[in-house]
Amino acid sequence: MNRDIAMSAPSATAATTPATAPSILPLRVENVSFDAGGKRLINDMSFTLEAGPRTVILGPNGAGKSLTLRLCHGLLTPSAGRVMWQGAGKQDPMRRQAMVFQRPVLLRRTVAQNIDYALKLHGVPRAARGPIIEDVLSRTGLAQFAKSPARHLSGGEQQKLSLARAWATKPQVLFLDEPTASLDPAATHAVENIIDTMHTEGTRIIMTTHDLGQARRHADEVLFINKGRLMEKTPIEDFFNAPETGEAAAFLKGELRW
Amino acid sequence: MTDISQAFVTALHLLVAFDANLVEIVGLSLRVSLSAVALAVLVGLPLGAWLALFKFPGRDAIIVFLNALMGLPPVVVGLVVYLMLSRSGPLGVLGLLFTPTAMIVAQAILVTPIVAALTRQVVADLWVEYSEQMRSMGASPLGAIPALLYDARFTLVTAVLAGFGRASAEVGAVMIVGGNIDHVTRMMTTAIALEVSKGDLALALGLGIVLITLSLIINAATHTVKVRAEAVWT
Repeated sequence: MNRDIAMSAPSATAATTPATAPSILPLRVENVSFDAGGKRLINDMSFTLEAGPRTVILGPNGAGKSLTLRLCHGLLTPSAGRVMWQGAGKQDPMRRQAMVFQRPVLLRRTVAQNIDYALKLHGVPRAARGPIIEDVLSRTGLAQFAKSPARHLSGGEQQKLSLARAWATKPQVLFLDEPTASLDPAATHAVENIIDTMHTEGTRIIMTTHDLGQARRHADEVLFINKGRLMEKTPIEDFFNAPETGEAAAFLKGELRW
Repeated sequence: MTDISQAFVTALHLLVAFDANLVEIVGLSLRVSLSAVALAVLVGLPLGAWLALFKFPGRDAIIVFLNALMGLPPVVVGLVVYLMLSRSGPLGVLGLLFTPTAMIVAQAILVTPIVAALTRQVVADLWVEYSEQMRSMGASPLGAIPALLYDARFTLVTAVLAGFGRASAEVGAVMIVGGNIDHVTRMMTTAIALEVSKGDLALALGLGIVLITLSLIINAATHTVKVRAEAVWT
């Protein structure tokens, strides 16, 4: 907690630059399985995510994309195997991550108070929170809604607020679970822009999506998952041009049965 | 029938005349019941939230017990508090029997299970919605309790009103531990009981009408505030 206090610069421009603390990456997922209700939903999954590229997790419905995100983020505990943040050292890796869900979960408070609460949980002192809130709200185009009840925003604005809230805590790694699945094209575009900016400023993006166009435009590598198994981890161009597995080829043609 | 029409006349008369005795009785009733509800809120809100968020052996038994306590007979609570506070009881040295404080304690015991049980349900429902986001932001369940109670504030108003309803309406507990002493521990409900036993049904019913009117005013005011606030925040 004290680390965060020491890091939080009072100036607005520094407010959203990612933390200068040592990176918690790479993320090593080692033989991870996850069972629920007597079923194996994630089966012996292993991969490593290095700092840098934007990763998109693709796969048909029920493949285990969201579960994989939650296992990586620490919201779920693997039934077998390990999730390791190899650079974390003595840091609590969870505090260097944030997650944006498909349906934004906003507190029954104002827009600004939603961000304030996240900053408070991250140990940012009260005096330093104001400039950070102002900064992320203006960067996400929400400045005029600062004092509005968060749950009265439109769907797109709510998702932008989720991103702003995540951004304010300067995450090194941002997980996004189909962040634009319920948004119209304009809102989708705005959300994608914010994600791109966060990526440019050094936040590691790990996202699931059903939108192949979005994957192509906004990702550098693909984790392709089918029936709880990791089938491929390939650069984005290779995945679309020459998928390694029959399942991936079938998925891209829209023929994969689930 | 004459008793009923007479009762309305009496009630109106009591209200219009601003009867000093009535004011005293109403004042004590409000003081005792509101204090009891405040105590119950202090204990019941955190207790309910804790039961909603933490799983431990025996939790279900506590929840069933708590729900059963919502129907606790006031006379039994009164009797137990009486035994605790009587001169020979373990807390007899405090000299609280037949004081408003004793009545507050008895009513707080009656109201706490209601506030706690309803809070548990409300917070459990909210936690279903919030849990992943809260944990993602780094909140422990314990740390999330204040935020959950705050965000459930409008629904919790109903729990508090239910508690106030129970406190202001009961007669058994305050009668036993308070003793219905004129100018000391006489409340609306104990005064009504007394007038009934004296045979002055009109006065008893008149007092009843005043009690119901007060309860209506408090509920209507709270409801209006709650509905307006809810429309904005949820």
